[in-house]
Formats: sequence, structure tokens, C-alpha cells
Amino acid sequence: MDNIINFKLKLWRQAGPKEEGKFVTYDSQELGMEVTTDTSFLEMLDILNEKLIEKGEEPFVFDHDCREGICGMCSLYINGHPHGPAQGATTCQMYMRRFKEGETITVEPWRSAGFPVIKDCMVDRGAFDKIMQAGGYVSIRTGAPQDANAILIPKEKADEAMDAATCIGCGCCVAACKNGSAMLFVSAKVSQLALLPQGRPEAAKRAKNMLAKMDELGFGACTNTGACAAECPKQISISNIARLNREFIKAKLSD
Amino acid sequence: MATIDSRIPEGPVAEKWSNYKAHQKLVNPKNKLKLDVIVVGTGLAGASAAASLGEMGFNVLNFCIQDSPRRAHSIAAQGGINAAKNYQNDGDSVYRLFYDTVKGGDYRAREANVYRLAEVSASIIDQCVAQGVPFAREYGGLLANRSFGGAQVSRTFYAKGQTGQQLLLGAYSALSRMVNEKKVKLFTRYEMQDVVIVDGRARGIIAKNLVTGKLERFTASAVVLATGGYGNTYFLSTNAMGCNCSAAIAAYRKGAYMSNPAYVQIHPTCIPRHGDKQSKLTLMSESLRNDGRIWVPKDLNDAKALQAGTKKGSDIPEEARDYYLERRYPAFGNLVPRDVASRAAKERCDHGYGVNETGEAVFLDFSESIQRLGIDVVRQRYGNLFDMYEEITDVNPGELAKVVDGVEYYNPMMIYPAVHYTMGGLWVDYELQTNIPGLFAIGECNFSDHGANRLGASALMQGLADGYFVLPYTIQNYLSNQDLWKKLSTDSKEFDEAEETWNKKVDHLMSIGGKKSVDTIHKKLGNIMWEYVGMGRNEEGLKKALVEIKKIREEFEKDLFIPGSKEGFNIELDKALRLNDFITMGELIARDALSRNESCGGHFRIEYQTEEGEAKRDDENYFYVSCWQYKGEGNEPELSKEPLEYEAIKVQTRNYKN
Repeated sequence: MDNIINFKLKLWRQAGPKEEGKFVTYDSQELGMEVTTDTSFLEMLDILNEKLIEKGEEPFVFDHDCREGICGMCSLYINGHPHGPAQGATTCQMYMRRFKEGETITVEPWRSAGFPVIKDCMVDRGAFDKIMQAGGYVSIRTGAPQDANAILIPKEKADEAMDAATCIGCGCCVAACKNGSAMLFVSAKVSQLALLPQGRPEAAKRAKNMLAKMDELGFGACTNTGACAAECPKQISISNIARLNREFIKAKLSD
Repeated sequence: MATIDSRIPEGPVAEKWSNYKAHQKLVNPKNKLKLDVIVVGTGLAGASAAASLGEMGFNVLNFCIQDSPRRAHSIAAQGGINAAKNYQNDGDSVYRLFYDTVKGGDYRAREANVYRLAEVSASIIDQCVAQGVPFAREYGGLLANRSFGGAQVSRTFYAKGQTGQQLLLGAYSALSRMVNEKKVKLFTRYEMQDVVIVDGRARGIIAKNLVTGKLERFTASAVVLATGGYGNTYFLSTNAMGCNCSAAIAAYRKGAYMSNPAYVQIHPTCIPRHGDKQSKLTLMSESLRNDGRIWVPKDLNDAKALQAGTKKGSDIPEEARDYYLERRYPAFGNLVPRDVASRAAKERCDHGYGVNETGEAVFLDFSESIQRLGIDVVRQRYGNLFDMYEEITDVNPGELAKVVDGVEYYNPMMIYPAVHYTMGGLWVDYELQTNIPGLFAIGECNFSDHGANRLGASALMQGLADGYFVLPYTIQNYLSNQDLWKKLSTDSKEFDEAEETWNKKVDHLMSIGGKKSVDTIHKKLGNIMWEYVGMGRNEEGLKKALVEIKKIREEFEKDLFIPGSKEGFNIELDKALRLNDFITMGELIARDALSRNESCGGHFRIEYQTEEGEAKRDDENYFYVSCWQYKGEGNEPELSKEPLEYEAIKVQTRNYKN
């Protein structure tokens, strides 16, 4: 086939959370991978794993699930970019045509104090759930609230809330940030709910509690470098961080 | 053959649910605090049920295989959620949604369950809006709607092309609130391995901690399975990689009925296959059929040129295009139900009109709508889907290819049907309880609401209806039984036995030491399923499938290789355990398809079709729900039947032509 691409893979291999990790290089030609350019990046890793299993070796471990860019399960820090060089796309949405013949592709895990490595490039992002549990919701019960159309929301506001709500919770913003801050993630949820009338009553408390939890879990502070928004696969705007800061200041003033 | 009691309440269909709720038993608030409930799965059904049960006071143990509840595959649903709000004043009502769903399901769903679904649909939208789900709005601030296949009204609520994501994040937020209040305990990266039955009732599960590899024991007063469908039996499907049917098969092996497994939905608008190394198929939302027109060339020579790559879609002029859905089904056009649209695509491709190199693709074209509405409006509606399509195929469907005589031709998308959803599943009664007391099944995991074919935007509706508004009521009717209130110890012979069985199975799998990887064998199973148990089935092919699946079982038992060890993290072992169950499921699907000598909805038997190629039902002999019961490994399962009884709807031939 004429659209075969050959490359070297430099993968981070780490047997467990407390083991020492190291890079291991695999040559696609030596392994006979025969990857075509219309193969997705994760399918390429599947092919690698098939080859490793054939040789009786343990497969390379990475998180993935929907392979449509929406579940937020895939990660990988590829050639210096979380979710690889493609803009506005997750690792699972990236295709091998992005890479050059003969290129060495370096793959590392998300590196952050908040995301300990479980194995190889699989990390524990449970901290994000804990931040959400600290306030990422509107406190209502299942039951019969008012009719949905009783709350009028201008289209522009609803669209803006939707843009923030698009966050997939993958942790890319943390991996991109030199401080390992989770501000973009927190601000996306705070913004979505602060923009909507349903979320207003708890807006101040929500900002304060989620930020406190973020700090407690070892994520760094935001120094406005903008790397998070630049790398975000869902292109969450950095203006959400400004909104989070406003909500936070309001909360502090009312303390 | 056992008698099946669906325990449908008395009274006319429109009053059954109100009557039920008025007379069911409840558990008082103090007693709820003492009761534990296990919910397996955190998708729309699981998360909404776990959150609602927690709010009511129950102690919920909630399990998911991913690293966070928010990853469940409900997140990938694109198009929307149906509800009988009639906000558009276009004549919608509870009855009409009920009727469309029963008709869409080709008259094979249980009437009482579907009516209840339509009845609670409006509350789902209220609930989600109150949570802060950012549904699409009109300029006046009201909620926007669009239409979906199988309906002539606009009742679908949506959040861009990410409705499932927003609804799941809504349920996840409610769940997170309950975790914070310590009413729900989350177990992430845990996979249920077996359900534990004590004195004839489901009283717990054993689950594998996927990180440590250790088995753990959990008891409760009831167990709820919300573990999704079995589409990945086909290896290639639109399901996420981790979706599996092992929890449902574990219940089946413990005596729960598996119902209507043959009803598999093949979604018409997916990106076509390429090569043999693909890991999954990508869905393009059905909402695209609102503004996209499906076509193939009229002339076989054009089709051959497209297959050879010497022509592109935009080279075929308007008059040489066959908009076959509009031609065959004038009343519904491109918005016919999924099973009809999928079969029509296959019919054209089988006759040689396919438009890519494999001959298995048709066009979905936006030229007309872009000219009518402008690219900005079209991109606002489908921009993320266009981008997704371009990333995968390198073709931008919003790009102008050429202008001929003032007519603009845009690059069309290529689509082809793919396995997407499974209407069959664990049998449940009106209370969503399986035939094992204390074991409930909700969402895609059960069989009850979609008959032989599910309408678009109804999966989200059913998942949330079950989780928010049905199960939290019906489970109380069961839990009011005081025999269930005593907490059981995990230190019992039932748990010992469950672990022993599991250990034996895993030791065996690890010791095979063959040469083939799990995926190699799974792909083989998938090929057999797609070829013989796919869109068009016949007796000969299904018999062949049963023989071939048996061979795959032997291959699995003799030639499987799992690297690593039983202890610790071992993803290949986890996949092997799932494949073990997919093989069982594949056999059940083929067996059910073979036993149903008729065509209905997603189950199309080539021998049973009308002269026009439409599905031909046999209501006299097959107006029932099939209920398969496990009879031991290697033995044929036993078929029982739940007869269907319709009182509100007259059963007739489905017609989308006029």
C-alpha cells in the first residue's frame, strides 16, 4: 500500500505508581506494524499492542473509550502537546496523516501532582470528580420543578453557557499548565452555571468551594499563561477564568 | 416453557402509572436510611437512578468501569432527547409520542411501559433544565426543538450535537452532589463480575478493582444493572471501546431472561469502514437528516466511476442523483426511522450503486440546505459534526466544490449503516425488575420500551425516564418487604461460591497459553455477526453463524493468549472476560434471529419481505417477547414467550410512504 507511514515511537513505560518509569523506543518497521495514514493515533497504538502481545510482551497502557472526542477518557502528551499537535481535537480524533514519514513520536502521560500515574500513560484523574463534588451542581432534587419554559434564557446566554459546558474533563489544561493548575476546568463549570439563572443562587459559594478543593488537592495556581486554553481540545475560552475570578471575589467580599 | 408475568397494573393504559403510584408500597424516610442499593453503571440511567435514590435517603453504592462516572457512553449521544411538550404547537401529545414509539418499534414493544415513558418524558426536560443543562434556545429565550426520524412533529430537545454529553453531565452533577452528601459511594475503575443470589434474591455483587486486580464483595438490599447494551458483540460498532454485556450475561447465567436479543439497531448514518485495522465506527448524528439529503447516482456508470475514484460526488449533477428515500417514502423522506433508512442504503449498495471504493457507502448532501439557509446557519447546527467528519476523512462537507449553471455543489459526506444500539436486553416487568427478585435492569440494559426498533432521540429519554422517574418509585415497592432490611455479611457461602467460580474461570483463561490475542478472536466474531446476523438475515446464514460461533468459542478456549498475570492490573484479562460473554451473547442473538420467522424493525429476515422490499411481520405467530433462559454451558437455552397485548393501539403494517 502506498499510504503506509513509518515512524519511531518513544513511549513512557512505568510498571506502577511507585515504580520508576523510562522511555522505550519502538520502530514501526521493525515491528511490521504497517500503519496507514488514515489510521487513527489510538488504532496505531492498538496495532503496536497486537505486535507486543504476539511477542509475549505486555501491552502499552493508555486510557481511551469513546474514540469520538467526547468522553474525555483519552489523554497522552504527544510531541510536547497534550492531545498531540492537532488543534481543537482529542488524541483519539487524531489521524496518522498528521505525522511525517520517519518521525520520532514521543508519548508521555499527563504530568501533574494532581494526576498520579497508575501504569504507563494511564493516570488517576479522580481529583476532578472531587472538585465537582465540592460544588459543580445546582442543588435541586429529582421531582417536579417548574415547567422548563418558565425559565426564559436569552439565546446568547444559553450559547455562552453551552460553550463552557462543552468541557470534557480530560485534564489537558492541567497537563498544559506549567503550574499544573486546574483553573480552566473549574472555570468552565463555574461559568456554565453562573451564566444561567438556575445556577445564580449558589454561584458565589460554588466558586469558593470548588477553588478551595482544587488547592487542597495539590493543583497549582493560575498565572495567566494561557497555555490551557491554547491546548484545550474543546477550545474552552480563557475568559471563563476571568469570570471565575469575579465570582470568587464576590464570594470573598460577602464573607 | 415458563409463564411470564409482566405485572402490568390494571386499568386503561393512560391511567396505569397513576394507579400504580397511588397504590404501591413505600419505604418511610427513617427506614430508607438503613437500606443499601447497588447501582452498576453511571450512564444516563445509572447516574440518574443513583442520584435520585440517594436524594430519597437510600445508601447507594455506584460502580463504573471508567475513571469517572462522566465517561459513560451516554456521553456520546449527539442528536437529542424526545419529550411530549408540544412547545411547537404542532399537534404533539403524550398519546402521539406513545403511538410513534410503538409504531417505530414495529409493534413489538410492551404498550404499558411505552405509555409510561411518554407520560414522564415532559418531566425529564423540566428536571434537566432545572439542573442547568444548556439546551438550545430560540431568540425569545424559549427552548428550541427539531425533528427526528419516525415523527412528524418537532419534539426533540438538543444541546448542539452534544445532547448526551449535557444530559449526562447533568445527571453526573446530581450524582456528585449526593457523593458530597455521603449518600452515594462511588467505585470507579471497578467491574462487576457476578451478581450474588441469597435465598432466591439478588443481594450483592462481586466486582473487580481494575487497578489492583483484586475481587471485592458488596452486599445490598437490591441490585440495579444500568450497564448498557451489547452492540460490541459485533466488534465494530459505534459503542465505546469499553462497552460490554458482561453484567447482563452474568445475570443471564444466574437465571435472568434475556429478551429479544435479535433486535439490534443498525444506524444509517455512520462513517463507512476502511481497512481491517479499524477499532470502531463513528456515528454522524441522525439530526443531519433534518437538512441533509441522502442519495446515490441514478446511473450505474456513475457509481462505477465513484468506486474507481475517477469521479467525485460533486461531479454528479442534480438530475443524475437518486434521492432514494424521498422517492420511496414521500411522506417521511429522509426522516424515515433508522431501520428503514439502513435497509434502503444496503438495498442500493447491494445493487451496485455504492459510492466509495468498497461499494458500501451512500452520500449525505448539504448542498440544498446550504443554499437555502447559508453556510453559517448550517454550521451553527452541525458545525461540530462537520469538523469531526473532516478530521476523520480529510473532507470538509461545508466546502463548495463547484458551481454549475448557478447551482452550488458542496462536498457530500459519505455514510453507511453500522451497529449502534440494542433494543433487546434483560427481561424486566412493569417495575423494571428482572425475573430474579431484587435484580433490576434500566436503560439500554433492559428490553422494554423500543420494541424491534428504537426511534432517534429516544434512548436518552428512556435512560433518564428509568433512572429519574420510574425505578426510584418501583424499587420501593420491592424494598418495603422487611425481610430485606437485615444487612447481610459478605462472609457467606454464596459469596465464596461466586468467587470460586470466578477464580476457576480466570485461572483457566490465564493457563490456555495459546497464540491469539483477544482482539484477533473478537474481530472474527464480529465479522461472522455482521455477515450473517447483520442487516439482512436468513435461515441458512443464521445456521451457519451458529456453527461458526461455536468454532470461535473453541478457538477462544484453546488458542487465547493473555499476557501478564491474574494479579494486578491486566487489561487483556479484562477484555478476555468480556469476550467470553460476547461469544455467549452472539450465539443468543443468532438463535433468537433464527427462531423469529418474520421481519420486524431491526430484525430483517430476507425470506420475509413484501414485494416492495419492506419488512413483513407475522403477528399471528410472533406477537410476543422472546425470553431466553440459560440452561448450563454448552446446552441450548430455553425459549419462553411473553405474549403482547395491545389495547390502545391497533396493530397495523408500518407505513412511512403516505
